[in-house]
Amino acid sequence: MIKSQIMDVLSDRVRELGPVPEAASPYTNFKLTRDDDGIAWLLFDRAGTSANTLSADVLEEFDHVLTELETHRPAGLVIRSAKASGFIAGADVNAFRGANDARGVGIEMLRAHAVVDRLEALRIPTVAVIHGFCLGGGLEVALACQSRIAIDDARFGFPEVMLGLHPGLGGTARFPLLINPAQAMSLMLTGKTIDARRAKSLGLVDAVTQERHVRGAVKDAVFGRLKRAQPGLLNNLLNAAPARGLLANRMRREAEKTAPRQHYPAPYALIDLWERHGGDKVAMLRAEQTSFAELMVSPTAQNLIRVFFLREQMKKSARSGHGIEHVHVIGAGAMGGDIAAWCASQGLRVTLADMKPEPIAGALKRAADLFKKTVRKTTEVRDALDRLIPDLAGEGVRNADLVIEAVPEKLELKRTLYAAIEPRMKRDAILATNTSSIPLQELRVGLQRPENLVGLHFFNPVSRLQLVEVVAHDGTDAALFSRARAFVGAIDRLPLSVKSSPGFLVNRALTPYMLEAMVLLDEKIDQAVIDDAARKFGMPMGPVELADQVGLDICLDVGDMLRAKFGDALPPTPAWLRGKVARGELGRKTGKGFYTWRDGKPERIASQVIEREPSQEMIDRLILPISNVCVAALHEGIVDNADSVDGAMIFGTGYAPFRGGPLNYARTRGIEDVVTTLRNLAQKFGDRFTPDAGWETFR
Amino acid sequence: MARAVYIVDGSRTPFLKARSGPGPFTPVDLAVQCGRPLLARQPFAPDAFDQVILGCVNVIADEMNPARVAALRLGMGERMVAFTVQINCGSGMQSIDTAFRYIREGHADLILAGGAEALSHAPLVWPQQGVRWFAGLAAAKTLVAKIAAALKARPSDFKPIIGLERGLTDPVTELNMGQTAEKVGHLFGITRAQSDEYAADSHRRLARAQAEGWLKSEVETAFARDGKFYDHDDGVRPDSTPQSLAKLRPVFERPWGQVTAGNSSQITDGASWVILASEDAVARHGLAPKAAILDSQWSALDPSIMGLGPVLSATALLKRNNLSLADVETWELNEAFATQVLGCLAAWQDERFCREVLGLDGAAGTIDRARLNVDGGAISLGHPVGTSGNRIVLHLVNAMKRLGTRRGVATECIGGGLGGAMLIEAV
Repeated sequence: MIKSQIMDVLSDRVRELGPVPEAASPYTNFKLTRDDDGIAWLLFDRAGTSANTLSADVLEEFDHVLTELETHRPAGLVIRSAKASGFIAGADVNAFRGANDARGVGIEMLRAHAVVDRLEALRIPTVAVIHGFCLGGGLEVALACQSRIAIDDARFGFPEVMLGLHPGLGGTARFPLLINPAQAMSLMLTGKTIDARRAKSLGLVDAVTQERHVRGAVKDAVFGRLKRAQPGLLNNLLNAAPARGLLANRMRREAEKTAPRQHYPAPYALIDLWERHGGDKVAMLRAEQTSFAELMVSPTAQNLIRVFFLREQMKKSARSGHGIEHVHVIGAGAMGGDIAAWCASQGLRVTLADMKPEPIAGALKRAADLFKKTVRKTTEVRDALDRLIPDLAGEGVRNADLVIEAVPEKLELKRTLYAAIEPRMKRDAILATNTSSIPLQELRVGLQRPENLVGLHFFNPVSRLQLVEVVAHDGTDAALFSRARAFVGAIDRLPLSVKSSPGFLVNRALTPYMLEAMVLLDEKIDQAVIDDAARKFGMPMGPVELADQVGLDICLDVGDMLRAKFGDALPPTPAWLRGKVARGELGRKTGKGFYTWRDGKPERIASQVIEREPSQEMIDRLILPISNVCVAALHEGIVDNADSVDGAMIFGTGYAPFRGGPLNYARTRGIEDVVTTLRNLAQKFGDRFTPDAGWETFR
Repeated sequence: MARAVYIVDGSRTPFLKARSGPGPFTPVDLAVQCGRPLLARQPFAPDAFDQVILGCVNVIADEMNPARVAALRLGMGERMVAFTVQINCGSGMQSIDTAFRYIREGHADLILAGGAEALSHAPLVWPQQGVRWFAGLAAAKTLVAKIAAALKARPSDFKPIIGLERGLTDPVTELNMGQTAEKVGHLFGITRAQSDEYAADSHRRLARAQAEGWLKSEVETAFARDGKFYDHDDGVRPDSTPQSLAKLRPVFERPWGQVTAGNSSQITDGASWVILASEDAVARHGLAPKAAILDSQWSALDPSIMGLGPVLSATALLKRNNLSLADVETWELNEAFATQVLGCLAAWQDERFCREVLGLDGAAGTIDRARLNVDGGAISLGHPVGTSGNRIVLHLVNAMKRLGTRRGVATECIGGGLGGAMLIEAV
């Protein structure tokens, strides 16, 4: 997309919202007009928000609107959003927070269903015109219309499963009746979103068009000239009981791979619902309410809802106003190259500097492969690659608003580099280091403008882990620091402010997890058992596999660095690990570490029966030190807020999201229990488990 | 009062020999590859230009007006006026010349002028009969009519024509470019041995320039999506000798011709840009001019002897500026064919030709080989047709800077019977 000042001037003419509504509306969140053809245009414009969401009061008002429409019946009804952000982003999740009474939720859902059922029962043609996001409850409103017209930027999806829920406003019943139920279930089970073209081919929408044709499309839809997507014979067949049983079992097996039932009940509840009632709309609508209400009060859903808000909170904390258009990244290795690619994919102009062309070429290939997966249109892939500018001469440094240094972790190397580039940088440009281990207090020595130095610590893989630790030293300029945070927000990552201290938060908390696994290996426990223990708790990856993934050389370096500062608070690094590193068995990147890696995946010997079930003690040894370090970092003031610690661990490491983060886990399990367990572990295994002093004040 | 026009910077891609199938870059890809680092090192923003002019002969269907596509892809903004110029092998110089005139007349201050060509992407073309068959089939309404239309096909209708081959054939005289070189060689008594010797020297000169790092500031490494990168002109064959070249068979006029694949320019992909600036722009952005463009000239002649184009255009240019051949210290004369370059040199020494064709009092004189194409040319580098005119100006400026010379001429022959020349002065 070309930045166009001319289109900016004309931008308010783009959207087709029907006749201009009168300023005074009897409704708070809606505007209702009628055009010359007698078609009513209902504009949803929820008061005081930038995106439309559904809540009890919005639905109540919608009910009043429906009364008016039933009284003064128009030729047809168009529902569309007046917000730039899209149709409806889903339910207002605020209402879900802290829900603990399943019956109460059930009654609320009954009311909400009545409104949507009433929309569906209107005896006039109803058309949803959909632009931008149409998610969850929003899609369920659209499904209750007779016809759906998508603008080509529309995206559809049911993300409820990410919150430990399934659709609750009739979606589970209406969606599998409208489109191929296998596809419908798959979308509801994965939470994936689809674009307008895909929605058309699935039969979710009847037409895909542009704003300039909305009036024509609406008229055709209302007066019966628009051919509707009709559910085919196959739908009926797949919704019939025998097929349902077969498909449901397959779905359960599939779900078990990514979301084990014991941790994530929602997918299984949805599959049960469909297997039992699929094809019977009335029964399924009723059963959906109960099932939804039960899920809502489950600890998994409540923790995932909390995680949703942690993300929102971190996103919001980034604020705006970074003024960064050109990023210069120095060092095209794994991190530098991927940071550069990510920034380019987010619309920034990026120069990627390295002394040699080989790493730049490798980074560009990785970027091209990533964009092919994440960027949808080929022209957009091309544009993103055009923005990622190889810079062998390092010329980008002079025009950059932000310079991110990602060279090897050597103090002298970094200092020499800073001395060379600082005089060429713009005066107000930010100098950021991606260091994970060198204190900024040491890096700033010799700088002319130390106040412009911050840390921007990204995690690997950059495109998947949303967290970025934004590191300040005691002389970092406050305004510049908030620009750096805003930049992180603008590239769709989540900033965590941390004070410069060894390992910052995430590496410090994660290193004991991996090193304890080494100790367990020394106790002759099979690595598969160790990894299984962690996964049983809900970690996305066991510590041994993670160490391989991170790189054993890096584990060793970070371990040494942390030991230098925190001493015996860390598990001892076994001597054989150094041998492994010396032999070049570094993990994934060299194809061999603890596991043998092929095509980026560890080879697990399939037939191997795990002989020893992991004990709770083993799980505690791996997991509790994470909470212990988080409390310590909070206590020491490295981070200032317990919620963002939980968020950081989830978004930076994938810490079991349904546990709500390491601090939330400790709270849920009981501080007393955690402290006692740690004390017992310390007696049995050593001082590294000694509970931090911070527990005394932690609530 | 005409305003001064400066060349302040420029860059090009490596010239990549067309091997089997389309190369990794389209014309605009190439223009973007060398344009990005060039723009990145400027002290002004990419949208500070007044316009973009790009020479390109074989525009591909996905990139109509490649100048505008390149400008947008280079992030130069919605308001960037950009157009493409085409005068065959002179297109890359035509873009500079057009920019030069806009700035000289005071209509612009800062222009990006380039050339881009990806000859490896030249299309295969269906013969007209085949196209008509398709049209007939599409127009047939009933099944019977469709079958009847389909049956009209003959295998020869679908024998693809190599677009490039047609492009390198003069449509008026039906002579291939190589044949025009044969003709010039014949008219001025150039021998096969002389041509091969010249060609071997071209390779030697380029190899030396590469080894000495003289092209470092001119050539920007190009990076492809598949992780490959290209950092040098890959058509160079430093081991070429007159003896090895003597073994090649003529390609255009067998069996007695003298123009071979070895003493012709290569079929190659590449792009090149130069930045032209007025005095005002130089002052405003604090630029360091490398050279000034003093004058330019286009001339025309019988297409069957198009190789003599440089003689006509360069002579007219020098005459207007009261200069002789000897006053020009550095020459870039595009090496379309060794035979043709040598033909030009011979023409300047030919008294009758100089008097009756060029209007001189006698022979124009000689150009010392030490002043001509000092770092090789299209024979060793390749000749991406729309780019070469730009490259020879860019390289002339860089070579003059290295050699410390004051005055230079870049000139080229142009298929269809034209010649272009540009007079440059060091600043």
